[in-house]
Amino acid sequence: MNKKSSRLFAEARKTVLILPSMVLLLIFFVTPILLTVYYSFTNLALSGENAKQLKFIGLSNYVSMFKDRTVRISIVNTLVFLLGSLIGQQVLGFLIALNMRNRNRIFRGIVGPVFLAGWIMPEVVVALCCSTFFGDEGTLNQIFSFFHLPTVEFLFAIPMATVILANIWHGTAFSMMNFQSALDGVPADIEEAAKVDGAGPFQTMLRIILPCIKNTIATNTMLNTLSTLGVFGLIYMMTGGGPGTKTLTLPIFMYRQAFISQQLGYGTAISMILLVIGIVLSVFYTRVMRKD
Amino acid sequence: MYWKFRKTVPYVVLTLLAIIFVLPLLWILLASFDGNASQAVKMPTQWTLDNYKVILSSQTNQRAFANGLLISFGQSVLVVLFAGLAAYPLSRYELRYKSLFLYTILFMTSLPITAVMVPVYKMFLTIGLYDKTLGLILFLTATSMPYGIWLMKNFMDNVPIELEEAAWVDGASTLASIQKIIAPLMFPGICVVFIFTFSGSWGNFFIPYILLQTLNKLPASVTLYQFFGQHGMIIYGQLAAYSAVYAIPSILLYILSQNYMSKGFNMAGAAKG
Repeated sequence: MNKKSSRLFAEARKTVLILPSMVLLLIFFVTPILLTVYYSFTNLALSGENAKQLKFIGLSNYVSMFKDRTVRISIVNTLVFLLGSLIGQQVLGFLIALNMRNRNRIFRGIVGPVFLAGWIMPEVVVALCCSTFFGDEGTLNQIFSFFHLPTVEFLFAIPMATVILANIWHGTAFSMMNFQSALDGVPADIEEAAKVDGAGPFQTMLRIILPCIKNTIATNTMLNTLSTLGVFGLIYMMTGGGPGTKTLTLPIFMYRQAFISQQLGYGTAISMILLVIGIVLSVFYTRVMRKD
Repeated sequence: MYWKFRKTVPYVVLTLLAIIFVLPLLWILLASFDGNASQAVKMPTQWTLDNYKVILSSQTNQRAFANGLLISFGQSVLVVLFAGLAAYPLSRYELRYKSLFLYTILFMTSLPITAVMVPVYKMFLTIGLYDKTLGLILFLTATSMPYGIWLMKNFMDNVPIELEEAAWVDGASTLASIQKIIAPLMFPGICVVFIFTFSGSWGNFFIPYILLQTLNKLPASVTLYQFFGQHGMIIYGQLAAYSAVYAIPSILLYILSQNYMSKGFNMAGAAKG
């Protein structure tokens, strides 16, 4: 064997263990992504004439998407859901993490798991217990009537706010944990020194703590954004995207187009919006992680 | 006075928040033991185990739990196996496109899978994997491979190579040294990957909902949804009991994972190269 081919052989021998994963990823991960791009340019349908003949229709799906009022509505809904969840989860998660510092151990031991519990629960359970909590005769309305406040039909009157609150309930603990470990990393002596120099709590926060944990804020925001964009089950189970189009986000609209209207091509074009946002954010995330 | 006030406020606020947070779950717990459960949290007027009896004795539900366990277990075993094998060369050898490969993997960990589900459905119809448990397991395995490989590689990096060199001198093959040296030493890491995969899979609703159809094959996540998505009278007590039973594995796995994780949990830390 000559030198070159033996080196190739050695390289191949080294990589053979990666092969099973590579095959699996190629078939079930990379192919679907490529198919998403491809199908979005076709008239793929589950039934009717189009189902028999798969045709390349160029940008037609994208043109119809551009004209479709519902697409615009669902983009706006997705953004509202995203921003509401992000702000809610992170602000609440941060405040809890901050206030849990230096508390009594027993208190932390009781209160901590309570916040964690919502995060550990599977999506279906979250949807169920939030549906009943915000239900017409649910716990929250019972509390309202106890204080002689008017009851609210949460899932009809303010459905978007309700699903955002449910998502905050579910996701806050993730941010809380990330912030807890970041806050543990803030050097105590710098904080001490700032206090000695007469910095108030507000200034300590702004000048010391926030700069120390800004990387955590960035990665946490990105991870939360990526997972919130993909939320399907929670909204689907609580409101089904309704009433009307009030909680129709991109994943739900994609699902409806593909599986209820049976227009897979068009449904795929809608998911391209998600995929592109996902890819851009993931590239950004990968670059940030690379620097560390 | 002011000092005391400043000291108590966080306790009060945190306690109130915790109460709000616990109420939705408290409902599940109380309603599941209640003969006349309603939508709101209340002390059961008649404590009973009937809700659990009904839920657990139903064959459909037993099957759904068994399906869920099979899918989650199958997926977790495959992820650990494949990711473990792939992590070895990535951790031990100098490879030409290693960093490119690793960054592609890192990139894949964060892509929203939701976006590709429509094409996956069509693809499964075409290649005959639709409504097949095996197809679902393979797809789920692929979606977990990126973080599986990433975590496994990082855990493996911590196993000193000197131990393996000693094994090589004694004539052990690569596979033997993985099996005899690396696997036992990174057992906690393997458990973490297994537990993460399992609980993610157990809680997953969307993917089985799209890729399976036959009632007999559905996992608990989907049947629970169908149970409460049904129109007509909702039997809250049974619904709560079903949720409670379904949530138990998630809770147990979380507690178990805490034993294997060092202090705190930080995705960013876990993913550092």
